[in-house]
Amino acid sequence: MTTDLQTQPPPGNRLRAHDLKLQYGERVVAENLSIDIPDHSLTMIVGPNACGKSTLLRSLARLLAPNHGSVVLDGQDISRYPSKEVARRLGLLPQTSIAPDGITVADLVARGRFPHQKFLRQWSTDDDVAVTAALERTNTADLASRFVDELSGGQRQRVWLAMALAQETPLLLLDEPTTYLDIAHQVEVLDLCAELQESGERTVVVVLHELNLAARYATHLIAMRAGQVVAQGAPKEIVTPELIESVYHLRCSIIDDPETGTPLVVPAARRSAPRVRES
Amino acid sequence: MTAPQVVQRRPAIARLAYGEWSVLWRPRAVLASGLVVLAMLVFALVQLCTGDYPMTPGEVFGTLSGRGAAAQEFVIYNLRLPRLLTAALVGLALGASGAIFQSVTRNPLGSPEIMGFTMGASAGAVATVLVLGGQELAGMGGALVGGFVTAAVVYRLAYRGGGVQGFRLILVGVAATALLDSLVSYLLLRARLQDAEGAYTWLVGSLNGADWQQVQIIGLTVAVMIVPVLAIGNQMRLLEMGDDLAQGLGVRVAVTRRRLLVIGTVLCAGAVATAGPIAFVALAAPQIMRRLTGGSVSIVPAALMGALILIVGDLAAQQIWPDTQMPVGIPTLCIGGTYLAWLLYQQSRASRL
Ligand SMILES: Nc1ncnc2c1ncn2[C@@H]1O[C@H](COP(=O)(O)OP(=O)(O)OP(=O)(O)O)[C@@H](O)[C@H]1O
Ligand SMILES: [Mg+2]
Repeated sequence: MTTDLQTQPPPGNRLRAHDLKLQYGERVVAENLSIDIPDHSLTMIVGPNACGKSTLLRSLARLLAPNHGSVVLDGQDISRYPSKEVARRLGLLPQTSIAPDGITVADLVARGRFPHQKFLRQWSTDDDVAVTAALERTNTADLASRFVDELSGGQRQRVWLAMALAQETPLLLLDEPTTYLDIAHQVEVLDLCAELQESGERTVVVVLHELNLAARYATHLIAMRAGQVVAQGAPKEIVTPELIESVYHLRCSIIDDPETGTPLVVPAARRSAPRVRES
Repeated sequence: MTAPQVVQRRPAIARLAYGEWSVLWRPRAVLASGLVVLAMLVFALVQLCTGDYPMTPGEVFGTLSGRGAAAQEFVIYNLRLPRLLTAALVGLALGASGAIFQSVTRNPLGSPEIMGFTMGASAGAVATVLVLGGQELAGMGGALVGGFVTAAVVYRLAYRGGGVQGFRLILVGVAATALLDSLVSYLLLRARLQDAEGAYTWLVGSLNGADWQQVQIIGLTVAVMIVPVLAIGNQMRLLEMGDDLAQGLGVRVAVTRRRLLVIGTVLCAGAVATAGPIAFVALAAPQIMRRLTGGSVSIVPAALMGALILIVGDLAAQQIWPDTQMPVGIPTLCIGGTYLAWLLYQQSRASRL
């Protein structure tokens, strides 16, 4: 049944969520939340802290079961797939991850191959190729034999990204993959996301706080606030001072990015707009 | 036919391939485990040679291959071999269960004795012997039941929000140990002196008088658990990276954790039912091995180290105090206790606890 789905793509996008209600215990994070991830897009999700971005990503990756509604992967409710099958189609890099003590970079990245392995077929040439490629793409090949707990925050972040890449899933969800990275490495990671998307093999979803970078790289931008999608579409069409004001309660002006012509958010200066920031 | 070949591309990923099949292995872990097995064999031979009736290694091998005198056969087959096998198998079980619990709780203190299962098994045995007036076999049954009941209660109390949490398991376990300890003291105080003495073997692990019946019980436990242990090793490794990541990689987190807890409990209860609560082997073996192999706690090397500790500990108990029937729990307590103190010292220095 699942092989059928691979050969004949069903109508609609591969990853969709319909009318989700997401909650932790009694705390409702999102309600009536529907979302559609365009195939082959680089979708960026932006929004203030605690608005539910990570929660949404977790539910899209089946880490959190919705209390209402459903997540649909390749035309079928995601909860009906075997775990490994989901992991072969969809990869998630959580916002924070812990590396076990004393594990090497190569060892960690190799763990990304788990969904492709079997009990008596634990390592194939495919695995080798995937791990090598992932290390190279993230510029971590020379770290391969180092211990993860001895790396800098930024190096570690790139190693985690390498692990997610090694999983080789057509859908890749990254939760703030640029935290800890300096500006050059941020751009590098986002370039990599763009490359992955442009090569046409992957759909990439990224939660990002850097509005200007999000607007530059996203082919599809989703702005969230308090568990709701406030706007979505091409960055050029949706990023307006009104949107930023309503999402972040921040006054700003929008100019064109001199490099790419995408919207650039310039927060209003303090002098001209004295105000108390809401929490 | 292609011969098994070793393919190594990068420092940390080595595989053993045979046609379509391939298994991952870590060279350093395999090397360390090999050395441990070697040491085990050496000490095993020493154990078979020494005692009230000393034999040369040649005589031991002769007897094992069926060419020994009647007295030699008696000593080897009825006394030393069952005792040696019991030590090795109990050590395997304890080391493996320690590795499992430490991995599940993500804490080097998460071993069955700290989590109360060992004490539960002891209490079960003591209660059976003292209250129900059972004999040795009944004591074993009591240990199994006690271990499982304690485990079930501890899991239940540590269960929250859809899963068992490592640190809660340890806290609940420590409380359970204290409770059961006072229960055992109460039972011993109420018992007649000679009954209490018999029950006391269940409070300090001992291999004295180990015979083939013991070998059968622990042998069966270990044999039944071999396949599940080997099959779940990779999932266990992924669980250490956090539930979200593990599940994202296709591990069924809740199911895997439950299976791990069952396997660990069975191994631990089997070991305690066979030889009583031998202290600190489950705690120390995985950690010593982790330091030798690098990387995280893993089951098979920890099991081998457990067997080595127990063989050496039993040899020490017999050699250092030859006339006293010193229980093996005492030397392992010394080794493990020293190790635990050192571990706590290290952790407080790294301020990770
Ligand atoms: N495990 C949890 N248990 C209970 N509440 C949680 C849990 N995780 C998140 N929350 C709550 O859910 C809400 C949304 O959190 P979420 O992590 O999705 O925010 P976010 O948009 O990713 O924020 P950030 O930008 O800071 O990462 C918050 O109010 C948070 O406190
Ligand atoms: Mg988040």
